[in-house]
Amino acid sequence: MSAAAVHSLWTTAADPITKIDAPKIEYGQLSPTLIVVGAAIVGVLIEAFVPRKSRYYAQVFVSAVALCAGFAAVVALAADGYGTTKAHIAAMGAIAVDGPSLFLQGTILLAGLVGLFTFAERRLDPAAHGNRVDSFAAQAASVPGSDSEQAAVKAGFTTTEVFPLLLFAVAGMLVFPSANDLLTLFVALEVFSLPLYLMCALARRKRLMSQEAAVKYFLLGAFASAFTLFGIALLYGYAGSVSYATIAQVVDGTVTNVDPALAGTMGNDSLLLIGAAMVVMGLLFKVGAVPFHMWTPDVYQGAPTPVTGFMAAATKVAAFGALLRLLYVVLPGMRWDWRPVMWGVSIITMLGGAIVAITQTDIKRLLAYSSIAHAGFILAGVIATSKDGVSSVLFYLAAYSFVTIGAFAVVTLVRDAGGEATHLSKWAGLGRRSPLVAAVFAVFLLAFAGIPLTSGFAGKFAVFKAAAEGGAVPLVVIGVISSAIAAFFYIRVIVLMFFSEPRPEGPTVAVPSPLTMAAIGLGVAVTLVLGVAPQYFLDLANQAGVFVR
Amino acid sequence: MSFPLLTATAALPAVGAIATAAVPAARRTAAKWLALVVSLATLVLAVVVLVRFDPDGARYQLTESHPWIADFGVRYDLGVDGIAAVLIALTALLIPFIVLAGWHDADPLETGSKRWRPTQGFFALILAVEAMVIISFESTDVFLFYIFFEAMLIPMYFLIGGFGDRAHEHGEEAASTQRSYAAVKFLLYNLVGGLIMLAAVIGLYVVAGNFSLTEIAQARANGSLHMATSTERWLFLGFFFAFAVKAPLWPLHTWLPNAMQESTAPVAVLITAVVDKVGTFAMLRYCLQLFPEASKWATPVILVLAVIGIIYGALLAVGQRDIKRLVAYASISHFGFIILGIFAMTSQGQSGATLYMVNHGISTAALMLVAGFLISRRGSRLIADYGGVQKVAPVLAGTFLIGGLATLSLPGLAPFVSEFLVLVGTFTRYPAIGIVATFGIVLAALYTLVLYQRTMTGPVKPEVSAMPDLRARELVVVAPLIVLLIFLGVYPKPVTDIVNPAVKQTMSDVHKTDPKPEAEAAK
Repeated sequence: MSAAAVHSLWTTAADPITKIDAPKIEYGQLSPTLIVVGAAIVGVLIEAFVPRKSRYYAQVFVSAVALCAGFAAVVALAADGYGTTKAHIAAMGAIAVDGPSLFLQGTILLAGLVGLFTFAERRLDPAAHGNRVDSFAAQAASVPGSDSEQAAVKAGFTTTEVFPLLLFAVAGMLVFPSANDLLTLFVALEVFSLPLYLMCALARRKRLMSQEAAVKYFLLGAFASAFTLFGIALLYGYAGSVSYATIAQVVDGTVTNVDPALAGTMGNDSLLLIGAAMVVMGLLFKVGAVPFHMWTPDVYQGAPTPVTGFMAAATKVAAFGALLRLLYVVLPGMRWDWRPVMWGVSIITMLGGAIVAITQTDIKRLLAYSSIAHAGFILAGVIATSKDGVSSVLFYLAAYSFVTIGAFAVVTLVRDAGGEATHLSKWAGLGRRSPLVAAVFAVFLLAFAGIPLTSGFAGKFAVFKAAAEGGAVPLVVIGVISSAIAAFFYIRVIVLMFFSEPRPEGPTVAVPSPLTMAAIGLGVAVTLVLGVAPQYFLDLANQAGVFVR
Repeated sequence: MSFPLLTATAALPAVGAIATAAVPAARRTAAKWLALVVSLATLVLAVVVLVRFDPDGARYQLTESHPWIADFGVRYDLGVDGIAAVLIALTALLIPFIVLAGWHDADPLETGSKRWRPTQGFFALILAVEAMVIISFESTDVFLFYIFFEAMLIPMYFLIGGFGDRAHEHGEEAASTQRSYAAVKFLLYNLVGGLIMLAAVIGLYVVAGNFSLTEIAQARANGSLHMATSTERWLFLGFFFAFAVKAPLWPLHTWLPNAMQESTAPVAVLITAVVDKVGTFAMLRYCLQLFPEASKWATPVILVLAVIGIIYGALLAVGQRDIKRLVAYASISHFGFIILGIFAMTSQGQSGATLYMVNHGISTAALMLVAGFLISRRGSRLIADYGGVQKVAPVLAGTFLIGGLATLSLPGLAPFVSEFLVLVGTFTRYPAIGIVATFGIVLAALYTLVLYQRTMTGPVKPEVSAMPDLRARELVVVAPLIVLLIFLGVYPKPVTDIVNPAVKQTMSDVHKTDPKPEAEAAK
C-alpha cells in the first residue's frame, strides 16, 4: 500500500482552496465610526510619543477634529439618502445604516463634541504648582492621599488619556444603536462601557468617591453584560442565528431554511422569552430604568462631572437606540409579550425616579433621579410601537442630551474650596450672586420639567402623543402625574437659587473658558430652538423614523 | 397681507419685557418708564382691536393663521370674538395701573451683587405676563393656548416669590420663607392642573386629529366628529380641572389666598384681575364649545361647587384679619359668581359672567391697589393695626370706600350690573341656586363694610396719625379706575354690545335656548 493510500484510510482530501471571499465592507457607510476609532488610536499613540507638555493640545485637537469629521460623515450619508431610500445593511449584515442609526449617531457625535468641551476645561480649578488642571486626577494610578499623588500633582501630570477613552466610548456608542446582530451589539456594548467605567474613576477631587462609583458601575455593569450575553446565547439557541433579520423571521414563523443541527430547540418559545428578557434587561440597565437603576445616583454623583454629563446624555441615546432596534426590528412579532412588561417598567421608572428625586439633597444625585424619570418618559414613546413612536423617541433623545450636558456643565461652575459645591444647600441665593448662571440653570430645569417653550415640552408632548395614539392612555396619565411630581423638585432648586438668602460662606461661580461657555451656550440655544420652533427637527426625526430590516 | 394687529398686541409687551430686562442696573428709573410706555402703547393697540372689532361680523375676527408645528397639527391661529376682545382690553387697561402702582415695589435691597437687577426684572416679568395672557385670549388653536396658559406660570411664579411687601411682622427671613411657600403652592397647583390638561389636550388630538378650535367646534356642531360619551366627559374634565384651578373654583382655591397675601398689591391684582380671568374665559371658550354635551352633564356639580365657593369665600372673608387675604377670599366668592353665570347656560348668565370678569377686574384692582397704598404706609397687613384713617387721609379712605362698595355690588357701580345679570340668568333656570347665591351679596356687604369700619373710622390710632394722603402717582392710578366703575355702572352697553353676539354663539354651541319668561309660558 502506498503511503498516500494508507493516508486516505483515515483522512479525506479537502477541496483545494481556490479562493476566499473577502468580507465586503462598505467603508464609506461606516466612516463615522471608523474616523472616531482611528482618532482614538491616534490618541493612544499621542500618549506614547508626544511630549507631556503638548499632549493636551494634541489630544483636544485630534478629538475635536475626529468628532467634527464623524458628524460631517453622518450628514453626508444622510444627505446621500442613506437615512431613507438607500437605507441598507452593511458590513456583512453586522451594521444597519438607516434613519435611526444616522440620527442617533449624529446626536451622539454632537453630544461627544460638547462633552469634549467640558472635558477640556482647565480654568475652573485654581492652578496647582503653576500648572493648569482639568477635572481629572493627576495620575490615576497613585493612591489617593499618598505621597505619589502629591508628587504627581507637583509635577503637573494630567490624565490626557481621557480623550482617547472618550473617543473609544463614542465609537462604541456609534455602533450600539446601529448593530444589526447580537454579537455586534455585545461588542459595541463592551467597547463603550469599559472606557466609561475607567473615566468614572478619574475625578481629581473626592477621588475615593469617584473610585467607589467606578467599582460599583463596573460590577453592576459586568452583571448586566453577563445577562445580555446569556440572553444572546439563548436567542441563538432559539433562532440558530444572531442576525436580527433571521431572529425576526423565526419569531414571525416565516423562516425558510432551518439548520438541522438546531431543529430540536429552534422555535422553542421559552428560549425566546427568557433570552429576549435577558437582553432587554441589559439594555434597560444602560438606560437606567427602574428596577435596574441602582447604579445611577452613585455613579452620577461620584464620577467627574464632565464625564457624568457626557455619560448621562450619550449613553442614554445609544442604549435607547439599541433598545428601539431590538424591539422594533427583532421582536415586533412578540410585542404582545413585551408590551405589558415595558408598560410596567415605564410606569415604575417614571414614578420611581420622580418620587425618590424629591428627597435628594445633592444636585448631581437629583439630576440622576431626574434622568431615571426621563428614561420612563422615553419608554412610553418606545411602547407606542409605531413610526411616531420611533421619531418621538429620537426627538426626545436629541433634545434631552443637550439639556443634560448643559446642566452638568453648569454644575461644574459652582465651586467652593472643596471643588464643586454639589450640596443643594450651597446653591441657596445663587440667583442673587450670579443671576446669569442661575437663570441658565433655571432654563435647563424648566426644560427638564417640560414647561412649554422649552425643548423638554416638545419632546414630552411628542412621546406622550405617540403613546396615546398607540392606545397607552393610562401611561400618558401616569406620565403627566409624574411630570407634576418631578416639577416639584425642579422648582425647589429654582426656589433655592432665587428666593433664598445667599449664605455668607456660599460657593463662588468660576469663570469658565470659552469651551464650557460654548457647551452651556449650545445647550441653551438648542433648548430654546427645539422648544419654540421644533418643526424642522421633528421632520428630521420623522424621516429618520424607519428601520431597515 | 394686512397688518397682524393681534400678533402686534401680544408681541409689543413681549419685546418690551426683553427690552426692560436689558436696561443696565443703574438706570432703573428708565426701566420703569420704559415698562409704562410699553404698557400704554399696548393699551392703544388693544383699543384699536376693540374698535376694529365688528360685533355683527364673523365670529372670529382679525384672524391670522400660519403653520407652526405641522408635525403636531399645531397652527399659529389667532382671532378674537367679542369676549376675547373685551378681556384683552381689560388686560391692557389694567397693566399700566399695575406698573404705576408698583413703581417703588421693586427698588433693590442692599443685599445682592451689582448685577442683581430686581427692578428691571419686576417690570419685565409683568410685561411678560401681559404678553402671555393676551396671546392666550387671542389664540384659536388649543395647543397654542395651552402653551401660553402654562408658560405664564413661570413669570407669575417669580413675581410672587421674588417680590413681597417690605414690612412683615416676623421680619424679612420669615417673609421670604412664606413668599416662596406661596409661590411654590401657586405653581404646583397650576402646574398639576396644566399637566392634567396636557393629557386631555393629547387625547383631543388623538380624537380630532388637529388642534384648531374653529375646525373642531365646527366638526362637533355638524356631527362629523363624533366622540364617545365617556371620551368627551374625560376630556372635558381634563380641561375643566385646569381652568377650575386657575379660576379658582372651590375646593381648588387654596393657593389664591396665600399668593395674594404674600405678593405685593400690584402683583395680587395681576393674579386675580388678569391671570385668573384666563381660567374663566377658557371655560367659556373651550369647555362649552369643544365639549357641549359633557358641559351640560357636569353643570349640576359645577353649579353647586360655584355656589359653595360664593358662600364659603364670603364667609371666610368676613373672618379675615389680614386685608389682602380678605380681598382674596372676596375674589373667590366673585369667581363663584362668574362660573355660576357661565354654567347657568342662559344668555343673561353668560353675558353677565363676561361683564363680571371685566368689572371684577376693575373693582378688585381699585380696592387692592388702594389697600396696597395703605399697607405700604403703615407697614402692616393686619386690619387691627388700623383705625380712623379717614380723618388723616380722607382721599385714601374715600377711594377705598368706593372700591369696597364696588366689590359689594352697590347699584350704580359697575359690578352691580353683572352680578344682577348672573343672578337673573341663574334664577330663570335654577331658582334654588339663584336664591342661595344671593346670600353671597349680603355677606359681601358685611365683609366690606366691616373692613371699612375697622380701618377707616373710629378713633385715630397713634401709628396712623402721621399717615400721608394719596400722592399724585397714586391718584393717577385710582381715579381712572373709579371713573370706569361709575361709567360702566351707569352705562354698560358698550361692553354688552360687543359681548352679546359671542354669547349667543356659545349658547348655540351647547344647543341651549333661554327658558321662556313665566308670563309668556303661561299663555
